Amino acid sequence: MNSFLTRYSSTSPEADIRKAKELFDEDGDVSDVMWGSASGFGNLASGVPMFKLPSVPDPTSFLRMHTDDHADPSCRIKIKHGTTTLAFRFQGGVIVAVDSRATAGSYVASGTVKKVIEINPYLLGTMAGGAADCQYWETYLGIQCRLHELRNRERISVAAASKYLSNLVYSYKGMGLSMGTMICGWDKTVRIPEMNRDCTEAIRANCRLQGPAIFYVDSDGSRLKGDLFSVGSGSTFAYGVLDQGYRWDLTDAEAQELGRRSIYAAGHRDAFSGNTVNLYHVKQDGWQFIGNYDVSKLHYEGPGDVPGAPGTGYGYDLRVAGRTSSDAPQSEGQA
Amino acid sequence: MPDGSFAHPQQRQFNPYTDNGGTILAIAGADFTVIAGDTRQSEGYSIQTRYAPKVFRLTDRAVLAVNGFAADGNMFVKKVKQRLEWYRHAHAKDMPLHAIARLIQTMLYAQRFFPYYVYNILGGIEEDGSGAVYSFDPVGSYEREACRAAGAAQSLVQPFLDNQIYFKNQKAAAGQSHPAHLPLSDVLAIVIDSFTSATERHIEVGDGLEIYVVVAKGRSPQGLETMRNVQELSTRPDGDRMFILRRELKKD
Repeated sequence: MNSFLTRYSSTSPEADIRKAKELFDEDGDVSDVMWGSASGFGNLASGVPMFKLPSVPDPTSFLRMHTDDHADPSCRIKIKHGTTTLAFRFQGGVIVAVDSRATAGSYVASGTVKKVIEINPYLLGTMAGGAADCQYWETYLGIQCRLHELRNRERISVAAASKYLSNLVYSYKGMGLSMGTMICGWDKTVRIPEMNRDCTEAIRANCRLQGPAIFYVDSDGSRLKGDLFSVGSGSTFAYGVLDQGYRWDLTDAEAQELGRRSIYAAGHRDAFSGNTVNLYHVKQDGWQFIGNYDVSKLHYEGPGDVPGAPGTGYGYDLRVAGRTSSDAPQSEGQA
Repeated sequence: MPDGSFAHPQQRQFNPYTDNGGTILAIAGADFTVIAGDTRQSEGYSIQTRYAPKVFRLTDRAVLAVNGFAADGNMFVKKVKQRLEWYRHAHAKDMPLHAIARLIQTMLYAQRFFPYYVYNILGGIEEDGSGAVYSFDPVGSYEREACRAAGAAQSLVQPFLDNQIYFKNQKAAAGQSHPAHLPLSDVLAIVIDSFTSATERHIEVGDGLEIYVVVAKGRSPQGLETMRNVQELSTRPDGDRMFILRRELKKD
């Protein structure tokens, strides 16, 4: 076993991973918990999970050679990519909207992906980049958030949860993880005691840590706090609609419609996004699933009878009312 | 060179993967699930064997289909079966389907930096008695679906399934609606047609077809027992029933 370790002990990515490996039994992937009740994620509760590495001098370039379809379109293992996700903070909470398309190269691998990961009743995470990376680590984050609750008798803040994830993916930096995520939630309101009502700076700072919160976290190690984010290949299209319609004092119905309309725009113009829109609203008492909307249906018929709906399709076919270059009415100049 | 050195620069690559072709497919019904795969194994243009199963029974109500690199696939199935046996010894019952799905995710993700080149489809009966299909990518992202095709001919078969199972781009007759679930006989016909058609148009698909059918406890196998080349694999008469249906595919 020692010779196995020393075989590639000189490379730097391995040195990072070895720390995690040492937490575990040396003998391959068989740890004690696997025998008992803790199957699946159970083996993760005791520390950072262990990963198998290929016995080559540079495991990272091995992985890149075989999986990264941007560097080499002919590579065998295609990891699902392509996305539009958005989240914004407003007076009534947080709106989270995502598309549902997963692509492997130019093949639409799935049109029904759940890109909003329900971490717990108060926290949502979004999925952009590697589907497995987001799904696995955000589920893992859910475990750690629950452990925080049990240890501290208090819900974890969005800031703390996002920082946990950020630090975690940073420890794998350069090893090929790919994720761009928004951690969205509602931080619990701290009751200010009666005598402290005259607001000191400390209390005002505390107040800023309450209510709706969004943090952008990615696999490069960025962690940004903000009011409005969009992530993925279709994000530019979503931003176009979102920036135009965004105000702090949006009503719930207006905000939901803006989220839906922005993802529709991305689904319409970005080939790697589309199929359906999933819409969530985070309020004081946790998140709520608002609905699933077909992008084609949104184009021709609109979202149906829902709050904030325009009553018509989002496409401009209706607005031009048949007056297009192909059948333009005879103008005076031509007549 | 006599001293053992090389006159020209040498490049070496660690290339442990190959694609062994073939296709797998699973469809969930209301109270049954069908999991199928062809039995051809090839490398490049040559056929290594005409009978290499890609679909495996895991428990009385769970079946796993693996596609991609056969060596990785066989090793992965072996390890999943081992973990399920340990679970059985610890709990004196079979692991439920949704738990097997999560187990497969963690087992695949444990190899995130040295992935199994395997596409998995898990099918079976959920604890509530409904048919279920879970599909995975090589590093463990997964989703419950009603139907999924994977492997060499996935781009030929999946659009056909979208049309026949999800009724995509179909309009129901006036005053009627599409059924939410199809009967077993319709599903079997769709599966067999998918594979005969994929055999015609894809060189890596053919030779034989193995179709596993899992029927929920107390539900009728809808005449499946009387079909030709059917073998029952059920271990208990009062539990979920499992059948395997074998068909020949063209061998050219």
